[in-house]
Amino acid sequence: MSTLEVSPAESLPEQSSHPVVNDFSIQVATVNGSGSQTANTVLMRSIFQMGVPVSGKNMFPSNIAGLPTWFTIRASKKGYIGRRKEIDILVAMNPETAREDVLKLDRGAVVIYDEPLKLNELRSDLHFFPVPFDKLVVPVCPEAKLRKLVRNMIYDGVVAQLLSIEMDEVHKALVKQFGKKKAKAAELNWGACKAGHEYAQKNFPQGVPYRVERMNATAGKIIIDGNAACALGCMFAGVTVVTWYPITPSSSLVESLIGYMRRFRHDPETGKATYAIVQAEDELASIGMAIGGGWAGARSMTATAGPGISLMSEFIGLGYYAEIPVVVFDVERVGPSTGLPTRTQQGDVLTTAILSHGDTKHPMLFPCSPEECFTMAQEAFDFAEKFQTPVFVMTDLDLGMNNWMADAFPYPEKPIARGKVLDAEDLNRLGGFARYKDVDGDGVGYRTLPGTNHPAASYFTRGSGHNEKAGYTEREDDYIHNMDRLAHKFEVMRQHIPEPVVTIAPNAKIGFVAFGTSDYAVRESCDQLREEYGIEASYLRLKGYPFTQHLRDFIARHDRVYVVDQNRDAQLLGLMRLDFEVELLAKLRSLRYYGGLPLDARTVTDEIIRQEGK
Amino acid sequence: MSTTMTPPPKKVNHIGLEVLPYKGSKTTLCAGCGHNSISERIVECFYDLGVNPYTVAKFSGIGCSSKSPAYFLGLSHGFNGVHGRMPAIATGAILANRTLLGLGVTGDGDTASIGIGQFMHLVRRNIPLIYVIENNGVYGLTKGQFSATADLGSTLKTGLANDLPPFDCCALALKWGATFVARSFSGDKRQLQAIMKTAIAHKGLSVIDVISPCVTFNDHVGSTKSYSYMKDHEEALQELDFVPFFEDISVEIPEGEVSDVRMHDGSHLRIRKLGRDFDVNDRFKALQALEESESKGEVLTGVLYLNTEKPTFTDLLNLSDDPLTTLPESKVRPPKSVLDTVMEELR
Repeated sequence: MSTLEVSPAESLPEQSSHPVVNDFSIQVATVNGSGSQTANTVLMRSIFQMGVPVSGKNMFPSNIAGLPTWFTIRASKKGYIGRRKEIDILVAMNPETAREDVLKLDRGAVVIYDEPLKLNELRSDLHFFPVPFDKLVVPVCPEAKLRKLVRNMIYDGVVAQLLSIEMDEVHKALVKQFGKKKAKAAELNWGACKAGHEYAQKNFPQGVPYRVERMNATAGKIIIDGNAACALGCMFAGVTVVTWYPITPSSSLVESLIGYMRRFRHDPETGKATYAIVQAEDELASIGMAIGGGWAGARSMTATAGPGISLMSEFIGLGYYAEIPVVVFDVERVGPSTGLPTRTQQGDVLTTAILSHGDTKHPMLFPCSPEECFTMAQEAFDFAEKFQTPVFVMTDLDLGMNNWMADAFPYPEKPIARGKVLDAEDLNRLGGFARYKDVDGDGVGYRTLPGTNHPAASYFTRGSGHNEKAGYTEREDDYIHNMDRLAHKFEVMRQHIPEPVVTIAPNAKIGFVAFGTSDYAVRESCDQLREEYGIEASYLRLKGYPFTQHLRDFIARHDRVYVVDQNRDAQLLGLMRLDFEVELLAKLRSLRYYGGLPLDARTVTDEIIRQEGK
Repeated sequence: MSTTMTPPPKKVNHIGLEVLPYKGSKTTLCAGCGHNSISERIVECFYDLGVNPYTVAKFSGIGCSSKSPAYFLGLSHGFNGVHGRMPAIATGAILANRTLLGLGVTGDGDTASIGIGQFMHLVRRNIPLIYVIENNGVYGLTKGQFSATADLGSTLKTGLANDLPPFDCCALALKWGATFVARSFSGDKRQLQAIMKTAIAHKGLSVIDVISPCVTFNDHVGSTKSYSYMKDHEEALQELDFVPFFEDISVEIPEGEVSDVRMHDGSHLRIRKLGRDFDVNDRFKALQALEESESKGEVLTGVLYLNTEKPTFTDLLNLSDDPLTTLPESKVRPPKSVLDTVMEELR
């Protein structure tokens, strides 16, 4: 139990006659494995269906059942979907954490709790709503062993009643969640939901200072997690070889992909698969298979998290040096070592940029939303084949495993681009080729695929020293020539990496540089700084690495630039140190958060104010 | 093709190629190295069977053995990967293009130490691949340390005795799912040819453990992987003959205990028993025979197991007949209606 002291008796703040509309966060504290995920998703979806922008964050333990878990739903009429620190409504279902959860709340918050926990004794400055869940569940769920799972749906009914969420929308969300096949389960849960609603109606006439009102800000939008969005991107990118080894938080990326590919990537005539997905024995094998596939000409990928990235290090050096296209999704989690495997971090950026021994550099893409997961997955395959090199798509647990509201994905406009591959006809015309010769000045040679029916097609791929014709060499000049070409190729990538999103605030002295999921907190913080402190801040969101000229220009035009990193060691800033001259670096400041939760705007704003000395 | 076609009277194989296109660059291994003999057998067998070299993909890891793919089949693509991880590379490449004939060459360090995990999973998956272990019991390229196939009590050049028992790669392959398992000796030309040809015709995983003496670091008295040790201790299970599909099976039927195994391509492996009661379809007997000969100090060679029925990994994945690498965009990018369906489900 918490060692926090019970707060001194304070009276409730006076309830405003105008409730807060469509701007609040709900935290549901439950026990892992109790089926609360369904109740939480239904609640979130109901608000979404009422047209209100919403986001859901699952904070779960590395455990199957029994440990505490929290789900936070944020509704925001302004469309902020980043995490919000302050909790307005707590649903306390977990006796283990209830006391601490309640003590952490700000004055005036709402607590819906399991009656026997007697949480109302803890504080006098909160709105308490006791609900006898065990009593309510009995009549709606005759089968005793199912009660544990159905019980959670009662709080959906209570919350819906208190916040004026339309029950029709709750019902719709519930039916969608269970699907047609589980109609009976849906019925049972609906009963529980209604029981909660009725109970609240009868017993809580005082209501709460928050409510949901219909808006029209979610029309046409979808709800999806980043991993599923990446998976869809891969399918539409025409991925053909997929290898993986299960690891949180990346497993669901490939599991989603398996689901989609089984539905949509079998030849309608023969029923045969137009792809191969292999669960490998470890990450060494998964990256090895992906590289073998890329070498042979497949659109090849693997997905992993930090520990897998560490294991793949040796093979990535081979991919870089032998110039083999492959796409690696890194859904980052908290390291080092096993770290906090179910919490989020941008902890692999620095290692990944230069993964493997010797001189290596790798392009990275930084999606910040499901839409970008979808489009960048496709860009990653084109990029990998264009530049014949491993490409990393860096997402994180927050983006990968949480549900996000997103615009519907656009169907790809451009045809799939397979890069410089010579076939037998080309070889007839050319007479031959040199695998690692820079014919076009972009550092990228032409390759042939095994199986090409031509006497001039073959070459020998090796991780040892090689010359332009892929022959073995230990010569100083050959080695330097080849390494310089690879460095040049990396420079050329700068012209092709997705450009950053730049928002220049007029007269801004300071700017933000951030990437990935930091985007939500930084955008909201820009508004907070302006509205609360009168500080204007510009913002550059990176979409990839290597850095482009835009970043230099952005730093140059501001007095101070805050580089936002969700890691302890300012890894993005560290990468800039490798690239930039002293004058630019002198303008950079670091803003870091590394506690494992999704970054929130208040943390960013407070830190800016501290560093700016305001 | 026209550039390699030569007019008669030069000797050509049944697809009209001379032996030259089957050769590779000059070996840089030591003179007398067993690996060079194996390279020669590979050249002969691929030539004899008229395999189109453009359809072959060569794979290796790191070590002396893994250098050798540069010394044969110069017209085939080759991939010299990282130490012990050749199975992963080969698996990925073969899934990408199932029409490739995969030929992996590895050593005992590559397979039995750093790569034993990948080796076991390759076996478990029955990947269609010829997997040749050039087994000399020693790390050659790092100048003479024991490998995990070195026999208990065998000694290094320095006199240091090995105090750990060896892994028997054939026993591992037999136990966990390889569909063609054989052991040979680099000095046994005829047997190795028949085994190599059988592997070329076999549609699943072929594991061929070839004792291949290291003349520099492991050919002394006290070594159990030397030429002289093998001459004294090799115990052949059978006399083998491979009859390719394009040759008449009816000729040269030998007298005595002879049986034929029909391969998928119509070729036959002709097996004449040598005294011992042995059935190449019987995995348990093969394991038993390996145990018995080990206890007698013999090195059992020949075909230990052959199963032409078990589905390969590509079969299990229900892979498209055409290589995944060359499927057109229309086959690998679903139409807009699919995206619309998925979006609707997520609304």
